[in-house]
Amino acid sequence: MIVYAGKRLLGLVPVLFGISVVIFLTMKLIPGDVAHALLGPMATQESLTQLRRSLGLDQPVYIQYVKWLWRALQGDLGLSPIVHKPVVDLLLPKFGNTLILAGASFFLAVVGGVAVGVLAAARQQTVLDRTAMGVSLVVGNMPPFWLGLVLIVVFAIDLRWLPSLGMYSARGPGGVGDLLAHLAMPTVATAAAPGAIIARMTRASVLEILGQDYIKVARSKGLSERAVLGLHALRVAWPPILTISGLQLGYLLGGAVFTEEVFGWPGLGRQLVSSVIARDVQVVQGAALFIALSFVIVNLIVDLLNLHLDPRSRPA
Amino acid sequence: MTRMPMATTLAVKTATPPLRRSPSALVQAARVFLRDRQAMLGLLIIAITAGAAVAAPLISPYDPLTAEGAERLAPVGTPGHVLGTDEQGRDILSRLIWGGRTSLMVGILPTVAAGVVALGLGLVAGHLGGVVDHVIMRVLDVFFAFPLVLLAIAIVGVIGPGMGNQMFALAVVLVPYSTRVVRTATLSIKSLEFVESARALGAGNGRLLGRHLLPNVLPPLLVYTSTLVGMMIVASAGLSFLGLGVQPPTPDWGVMVGNGRLVLYRAAHVATIPGIVIVVAALAFNFVGDGLREALDPRARR
Repeated sequence: MIVYAGKRLLGLVPVLFGISVVIFLTMKLIPGDVAHALLGPMATQESLTQLRRSLGLDQPVYIQYVKWLWRALQGDLGLSPIVHKPVVDLLLPKFGNTLILAGASFFLAVVGGVAVGVLAAARQQTVLDRTAMGVSLVVGNMPPFWLGLVLIVVFAIDLRWLPSLGMYSARGPGGVGDLLAHLAMPTVATAAAPGAIIARMTRASVLEILGQDYIKVARSKGLSERAVLGLHALRVAWPPILTISGLQLGYLLGGAVFTEEVFGWPGLGRQLVSSVIARDVQVVQGAALFIALSFVIVNLIVDLLNLHLDPRSRPA
Repeated sequence: MTRMPMATTLAVKTATPPLRRSPSALVQAARVFLRDRQAMLGLLIIAITAGAAVAAPLISPYDPLTAEGAERLAPVGTPGHVLGTDEQGRDILSRLIWGGRTSLMVGILPTVAAGVVALGLGLVAGHLGGVVDHVIMRVLDVFFAFPLVLLAIAIVGVIGPGMGNQMFALAVVLVPYSTRVVRTATLSIKSLEFVESARALGAGNGRLLGRHLLPNVLPPLLVYTSTLVGMMIVASAGLSFLGLGVQPPTPDWGVMVGNGRLVLYRAAHVATIPGIVIVVAALAFNFVGDGLREALDPRARR
């Protein structure tokens, strides 16, 4: 187990190296010169050369890369030329906000998806099963930005139950209650599609297990259907469900960009979009690095959890 | 007694040599597909949407770019404007019909392009193995470290917003996924006896790839690609919604939802109707994809 975890960690090194190279090179591929962009059209040739030298742009690309990487490892991702703030200072709080939204959505997607999937599998071929699968098929194809708008129309405009924008009310009590009220709709919009997919896959994987011989044995022993499902089937069904859920995480993070935008949630995705529109490449790069790193780490956690839960996936 | 001669004639027929794939398998697959009601429904929806998009100049009741004789934000059911008008008084139905052109193209083209690239990469990686395989797959591993849509947004961020760049970005992010499908299929077919015997008979790499591996790798890629299209219609609409893809005033379903969002409090239908069209189109492609899976993969048949 520990050996495998170590190997898995070592395997990350080339991937992380690749990520850093890709992100660094894209910065170099952008048309236009950084010195030009910083100094504007009125810059003299002399000042341009001077700035290039002070930024290290006159050095070979690999040296620039090593220097960039060294600074990045120390938490220095450069300065945003648009917002005039260090990229890390700009992104860290946004990253935290995204974690809140993504965490809540992931929790809802997994709990809701697994519950619906298991229920549908247990009541196979009933009205309940068919309705649940039909609904999840439609929901799984819903664009999160559209679902978000529909939720706003229903719960913020028509019913006036929930706030439609931001993380906290400008005038109001604030605190956890306020946060939860603001979190409700974006969470549902983000969790819907991945949750629907988790539900369908959970149903399939539970059904596959229910067809196994040892389940027949458990049933013929006279165990109740509940005991068969809870004690025998679900134990084995967990690892594939976990893997499926882990795979949906990337999809969920992509969806969160749209819900952050729709609900004005001050997160990393919204920052990414506004930086893309403002062509603030430094911030785009920093955000890409943040996203890739956290995604890699989460995938690692899912893998290790899986290993812990399912002895069969452990290498001999 | 009467059955015996029939069986022999059948056996003789299937033995006719120069066929790549035995026709019975294809015919069988087509039959399964045609009998699949969900797949047929999906195909019908796609035919209607694509047909309307192609015939837009003929059937669109109004020009999609100009407001013609109607007030702004007319509700659904207004005489002359069945689905109402948008914030500039443009007919929503006309914009949906014309929007099908961009929305379907932006969803389909990158997926197909990625499929073609993936076919080359996956076949080469799977067939040659060794260092080539290792290099290709390790490079693609880097792309798997980014959530798909976020990577597309970041690529657009570097090369700039716009429809062409949007399609390029989506194609780039799909290549690793499709390549993995092709490579896995290549690996599983490579070790089968008929490929071994072709190799033993002296078939070169080109012949092995083109005549034996390619035809057998295509079905799984086709199935995968068809389900991706639905997802890409949603994703590309999303990029256009954010203002990173198709640019207004060009009619596009994603752009329409994005514009409608600005008048959500006054006229919700401007944003919600195009969204319904996106969901239905994505569902239709998924239905067809599921149907193709059942038809082309005998193991998936119920």
